[in-house]
Amino acid sequence: MSDAPLQQLIDRVQAARAMKTPLDIRGGNTKAFYGEAPNGEPLSTLELRGISSYEPSELVVTVRAGTALAELEAALAEKGQCLPFEPPRFDAGGTVGGMVAAGLAGPARASVGGVRDYVLGASLLNGRAEVLSFGGQVMKNVAGYDVSRLLAGSLGVLGLILEVSLKVLPVPPATATLRFELDEAAALKQLNQWAGKPLPLSASAWWSGMLVLRLAGASAAVQSAVQTLGGEVVEPALAASFWQGLRDHRDEFFEAAHKAVAAGATLWRLSLPQTAPPVSTPGERLVEWGGAQRWVVTTAPASLMREAASRAGGHAVAFRGDKSAGVFAPLPAVQARVHKQMKEAFDPERIFNPGRLYPDL
Amino acid sequence: MNAPQDIPAAAAPGLDGAERNRRQAEVVAALKPLLPAHALLFRREDTVPYECDGLTAYRETPLLVALPENESQVAAVLRACHGLGVPVVARGAGTGLSGGAMPHARGVTLSLAKFNRIMKVDPVSRTAVVQCGVRNLAISEAAAPYGLYYAPDPSSQIACTIGGNVAENSGGVHCLKYGLTVHNVLKVRGFTIEGEPVEFGGDALDVPGLDLLSVVVGSEGMLAITTEVTVRLIPKPQLARCILASFDDVRKAGDAVAAVIAAGIIPAGLEMMDKPMTAAVEDFVRAGYDLDAEAILLCESDGTEDEVAEEIARMQAVLSGCGATRLQVSDDEAQRLKFWSGRKNAFPASGRISPDYMCMDSTIPRKRLADILLAIQQMETTYNLRCCNVFHAGDGNLHPLILFDANDPDQLHRAELFGADILETSVAMGGTVTGEHGVGVEKLGSMCVQFSPEERTQMLALKAAFDPQGLLNPGKVIPTLQRCAEYGKMHVKKGLLPFPELERF
Repeated sequence: MSDAPLQQLIDRVQAARAMKTPLDIRGGNTKAFYGEAPNGEPLSTLELRGISSYEPSELVVTVRAGTALAELEAALAEKGQCLPFEPPRFDAGGTVGGMVAAGLAGPARASVGGVRDYVLGASLLNGRAEVLSFGGQVMKNVAGYDVSRLLAGSLGVLGLILEVSLKVLPVPPATATLRFELDEAAALKQLNQWAGKPLPLSASAWWSGMLVLRLAGASAAVQSAVQTLGGEVVEPALAASFWQGLRDHRDEFFEAAHKAVAAGATLWRLSLPQTAPPVSTPGERLVEWGGAQRWVVTTAPASLMREAASRAGGHAVAFRGDKSAGVFAPLPAVQARVHKQMKEAFDPERIFNPGRLYPDL
Repeated sequence: MNAPQDIPAAAAPGLDGAERNRRQAEVVAALKPLLPAHALLFRREDTVPYECDGLTAYRETPLLVALPENESQVAAVLRACHGLGVPVVARGAGTGLSGGAMPHARGVTLSLAKFNRIMKVDPVSRTAVVQCGVRNLAISEAAAPYGLYYAPDPSSQIACTIGGNVAENSGGVHCLKYGLTVHNVLKVRGFTIEGEPVEFGGDALDVPGLDLLSVVVGSEGMLAITTEVTVRLIPKPQLARCILASFDDVRKAGDAVAAVIAAGIIPAGLEMMDKPMTAAVEDFVRAGYDLDAEAILLCESDGTEDEVAEEIARMQAVLSGCGATRLQVSDDEAQRLKFWSGRKNAFPASGRISPDYMCMDSTIPRKRLADILLAIQQMETTYNLRCCNVFHAGDGNLHPLILFDANDPDQLHRAELFGADILETSVAMGGTVTGEHGVGVEKLGSMCVQFSPEERTQMLALKAAFDPQGLLNPGKVIPTLQRCAEYGKMHVKKGLLPFPELERF
């Protein structure tokens, strides 16, 4: 059976290659705000859709890139499974390909891993319009270089993702959410202490003097942790909507952040070691991932944010707002060279999302 | 150990004795000023121990062996080799099972054995910073006082090094629940072939730009040289208990594996042994295994006491429902370790019943476990050799041990054909030729079956992005187009999955 949407994409890429026309790969266009400005003729993946295979007992699902993330999550939920890394959805219509290319994960990141930890295989179209498959549909696979995981967070600069195989997991049988009044430093200390204990930690968020902690796992483990940890138990429906809102950047903090961004501020994402002390830069802050992800809304100059992140052992991303100083922290020379050569290796004519990750890629 | 067969080393083209001596003298002269005298081995009797790794059937004599003692020596050796265009093969403990550390006839073997210090164990950040030559188990031992451990536990963990684990993306018996090396390493520090220091990953959970760490892990020393690794430590579960389940039919056992997962349980370990394997290990460890069973499953739960009790009950119900003929649950740690003793000794036990064995490492979708076992039984007849099977059933990773006598060239030949047949059958079933042992030199032919020429060309281009001259561990992992043409077997894996319901315009 012919595969018309795939053939169309191959033809488009071949033509773009011949004409050296840059292509702006698009799924649901829900993350156009993320990364450097898109550039090129829009190339939609939306016709390339559908779940190619899903067997719950294999814990693997294979999905075409243009499939709506919502469709995938609904299919998994029907079998009691999920994408444990809780990819943010921002708006309706986001696709699986966009989720992998953006490589963003939600509240559970620190306890379960990120997008790349769940990518088992991928097919992509490289800059020579060749259909290539790497990885596979199995949990353990060391045949060749793991190109499929590399696509997570690549922002489409290596090629057009056609299909991905993802590891999925059962939805945890029990969850509970606790609330503690703590200042930022105390919350960070507490989170790092708990993380060293065999506790069913699943997510954390600190904002404005309040630490919210989610536990998830076997009912016995969650119950006993609730007893041990104390704090105030948050009513389940309220807790679920809080974590949902946090995941999709629609909760109170992010709503306010979006308004501030509209008024000229920048929303920074600081990726730091979990043990880094509170960042001293000005601006409203929210701490996730046991301390590893810190959001700051501020009008402070980019150089200040980059320096603060780097001093703390991490890096800063200009997530929304002023991106004039670059979205991502500059790479050390050796890394920058390897990046350039990787681009050359996959997309020699620079047709896929040029400049989206770094201006010269 | 695999076949201790001394296959004549494929002499590098044009490298006759005089040429070799000239080349060796040139490289020795270049490295001598960079290293202490005892850290440079080039006499035949000194380099013999480096001729092979755990895959003893493939051997090669290195031009010389360098044993740097610090990072600046590593950088200097790399700069010199890069300048002279000399291949560099990194080596840890030499326990690899696919010949990934087999020397290069024109190259330097870079032994990193002296990088054996644990730099830091930090219980607060739950990380350890260790030099690449630190043994896998030594990390968990150092973390134990804090109630932490390093999760990936390959069977060779008492000897294998973390640098080698990074090279191979090693797994172990607990990776279904706790992940592989790639999931448990935060940062790799090392050097490019040009001798420049480089870091992949970081102390945070992500880095700016491409996630190069994910491709460096599992790259078998072909992209960069690793000298230091930051690993994630996790809290040790309070308790672990194991169920030993017997089945009178391999298909029932295979179905039970799928049923456990389908029930929403992620066991801490889920292993399978077939009847011949069970007999071999029972004879070796006397663990009281059921010798009448066609297949035995080991199914482990870990966590808090309540959690384990809850999960063990659910596992027992599923296993009984799948027709288990005997179920035993470990009562205490001693009994649990006894249950595992046979599984952990599968390789030495095989060594006792056969002069040699060849261990395969393919992975298949879990639901095909029974199919592959039955296919392997057929192959035993076809190739007239015996095979014992032990599987990491939870992740579909097979370790069939083909028994043979390497002193009989025909048996060795049949064993190789048998092995290739298992790998190709695994690919045809939707799996992969190697789950955790790596491609090395051993599975180069099978890579031709798993990947298309375009895919292999793309992987070679990826290597060139890190190592433009192709000096790091050349000739491993990715077969050349020419080699695949000579191998003469077709690429069997389909790119995209068949998708009949695709919507049309």
